[in-house]
Formats: sequence, C-alpha cells, structure tokens
Amino acid sequence: MLEVTKNKNIIINRRKLLSCFGWGFIGIFLTTVLGSMIRFFFPRTLFEPPTRYKIGYPFQYTPGVSERFKKQFRIWIVREADKLYVIEAKCTHLGCTPNWLAAEGKFKCPCHGSGFTPDGINIEGPAPRPLERFRVALDEGGQIVVDEGVRYRGERGEWDKTGAFLKV
Amino acid sequence: MKNKAGENIFVKYRNMLKEKGLFGILRELTANSQVWKSVFRHTFADTPKNRMLKVVSNVFMHVHPAKVKRHAPQLKYTWCMGGISFFLFLVLTFTGVLLMFYYRPTVHDAYWDIKDLKYQVPFGALLRNLHRWSAHLMVITVWFHMFRVFVTGSYKPPREFNWCVGVVLLVITLLLSFTGYLLTWDQLGFWAVTVGTNMARSTPLLGHEGPFGEQLGMTAHNDIRFALLGGSLVGGNALLRAYVWHCIGLPLIISVFMMVHFWRIRKDGGISGPL
Repeated sequence: MLEVTKNKNIIINRRKLLSCFGWGFIGIFLTTVLGSMIRFFFPRTLFEPPTRYKIGYPFQYTPGVSERFKKQFRIWIVREADKLYVIEAKCTHLGCTPNWLAAEGKFKCPCHGSGFTPDGINIEGPAPRPLERFRVALDEGGQIVVDEGVRYRGERGEWDKTGAFLKV
Repeated sequence: MKNKAGENIFVKYRNMLKEKGLFGILRELTANSQVWKSVFRHTFADTPKNRMLKVVSNVFMHVHPAKVKRHAPQLKYTWCMGGISFFLFLVLTFTGVLLMFYYRPTVHDAYWDIKDLKYQVPFGALLRNLHRWSAHLMVITVWFHMFRVFVTGSYKPPREFNWCVGVVLLVITLLLSFTGYLLTWDQLGFWAVTVGTNMARSTPLLGHEGPFGEQLGMTAHNDIRFALLGGSLVGGNALLRAYVWHCIGLPLIISVFMMVHFWRIRKDGGISGPL
C-alpha cells in the first residue's frame, strides 16, 4: 500500500481537498438546479378569473342581502343600516355554495344543512365557523372594490378591522 | 465449384440435404452466419447449458432467472399478481402512447378528443377501453400483490427493502391512476381532481389550510396545491400538468423503481416460496 502522508499534522491531503471541491461544486450545482425546478412549478402569470373586481356603487345596494354577483363571483353583498360588507358564498363545512332563503332570512347549505344568519354566523348544522368576508374598499370613482386576497374571519374577531366593511 | 478446403460445394450441400432436409440446411446456414452469431451467443442445441444461455445472454429474457425454482410457477402461492401488474403496465404504456396520437391536453379539445376516440377513430373505442380497464385492473392487482406478499410473510428479511420499494410503486400507481382521471376533462374527473387536490390544501407546513401552513405564510397562491395545479383552481394548467405527469414524469419514475424492484427480487433470493 502506498503511504500518502507521513506527517500526522496534515489533516487534509490533496486527494481529500480536490474531492471536497469536486463534490462541493456538484452539490451547489444540483441544489441550484433543484431550487430552480421547484420555483419553475409556480407560474408568474395566471389566466384565472380576477381576485380584485368592482361591484358598483354603495347606493345601488338596499338594506339586506344582495345576490347580484353570486353567479359571477360567488359572493353576497350585505347592506346593514350603517355598513356594507361582502360574504364569500362558500360553506365553512366542506365548501358547498349555500342558498339565501329570503323568506326565512338565513343562508342554508344544501349539502349538509348548515345554516347561517344574514351576517354569516353559523347557527345550525355541521359548519364549524362563520362564513368568511372579503376585503372591500372604494376606488377613486366611488365604486366598491372587492379583494379576495384578504379574508376576514369572524371567530377571530376580524370583522371589525378596517377593510372588512364599508361605512355607508 | 470448390471452396477453400477443396470440397465440391454442390456435393457437400446435396449430402446435407439428404441428411438434414431443406429446413435443417437453412437453420444451419442461419445459425452459422456472422449476422446471427453477432446477435445471439447461443446455438439451437437443447442442452441445460444452452437453455440457460438463451435466458442469460438476452437482455429481455434475463429478467427471468436462468433456472426457475420448482415452486415459482405455482399460482396458488404467488397468484402471479406482480407479473400481471407488470404486464398491465406494458399494456398501458403501449395503448397510452397510441392514445397520445389523437389526444390534445387543452381545455378546448380534451373532452372532444376523447369523444372522437370513442366514436370516430378506427379502433379508438377499443384502445380507450383497453387503457381504461387495464388501469382499473392494475390498481387492483397491485393491491392484491401487496396483500399476497403480506399474508405469505414475503416482506421479511432479506426482502424488507424490496417491500419499501413496492410501497413506492403502489403510491406511483395510484398517482398515475389519479392523474389519468382528469385527462378526460368530464364532470367526473374534474370534480374528483377538484376534491383530491383540495386535500393538498391541508398538507402540514406546505398547504395553506394545513397545520402551521398559515404561520409559514402559505396562501392559495403559493402552497403545494398551487404547484400541483399550476394555479389556484383546476383549469388549463392543471390539465396540462396532469397530462405531463401522467404520460412522462410518473412513468419514468415508476420505471426506475420497477428496475430496482425486479433486480432486488433476484438478489434477495428469487421469488419467495413455501418454506
């Protein structure tokens, strides 16, 4: 066998050093490739329905629940005496779309019978928490802008936050 | 006419014809030609050594052992479920490639291409049904294979690593089945994949509705489900991604694991049998 080092003070020899550099380079390279590949799977541009849209002027909504944009955006616009907010029409149980029963004054999910008051509080059935609300704001022209990117959850006390409702 | 050895070729072949017949001569000439010898390293002789050579010297045949154990072909022990699964995989690969000639994975075309395959393309309905039923059957046979290996205790040492490889193969089989489901772009597949990918929302850490997902800043636009669908909903991107995973990505990965699986069967002592 070939004696590579006689000096015991040498902790690394040429073979080990080159090996470290070699594998180190390959390691860095493969990590970069893997990182780029992971990033690659998250597209920058989406061709999906917008998550920010306008739904008209506050004066167009009379007190009560409006189903005007339920088909298009899956939302209800609720106008109370002094404020207006937007509820997502998605049951918090398993994600079905509830119906607004005007005669009974409540939302009712057809899938498992969850019921909600007009402001979205769960009152019956398996739904574990209130319906969620989307951010609302007014643009320069006075139109209501809904932003689905920001949600407000009642059970966390987020419905009083600015953006969760409009003062009218 | 004489050859290098000085023999009269006509006399030689006339004698051979008398001795071996026309078929025998053709066989002899073929087997002694350089072309034949360059491809096959064995003769036609029916000897134990030659029979082994036929298997060992052939890349396709050498998946089989040179000598089959007496218990190996007994159906009552193995049910041949692994072999049938592999056979179905080959059927699915073949019919799948043919289906790709007529199928376009776009929201606009996918559903109608399947309709065309069923009603317009010559033998299209047969092809699609072969692919569909083989897929269902493969999921069943892979499960039964797992069940058989479990009840015969064939997962025990030295085969424990191959059991783990088999679990990976099972998962990929299910993923292949799942991604294929969406490609018909009908209501059934669409909602199945909608529900299935909604489960990915609840992935721990990586899903925006899963444990610790929210704390790590996961939203519907940057979590694992988003990467799977190529968007926040099941749309054109999701269809294309399912297609590429189904036709290229997953088959490549499963092939690698199958190679290891089959190789390890032999290295772990061959097909398990009664003790």
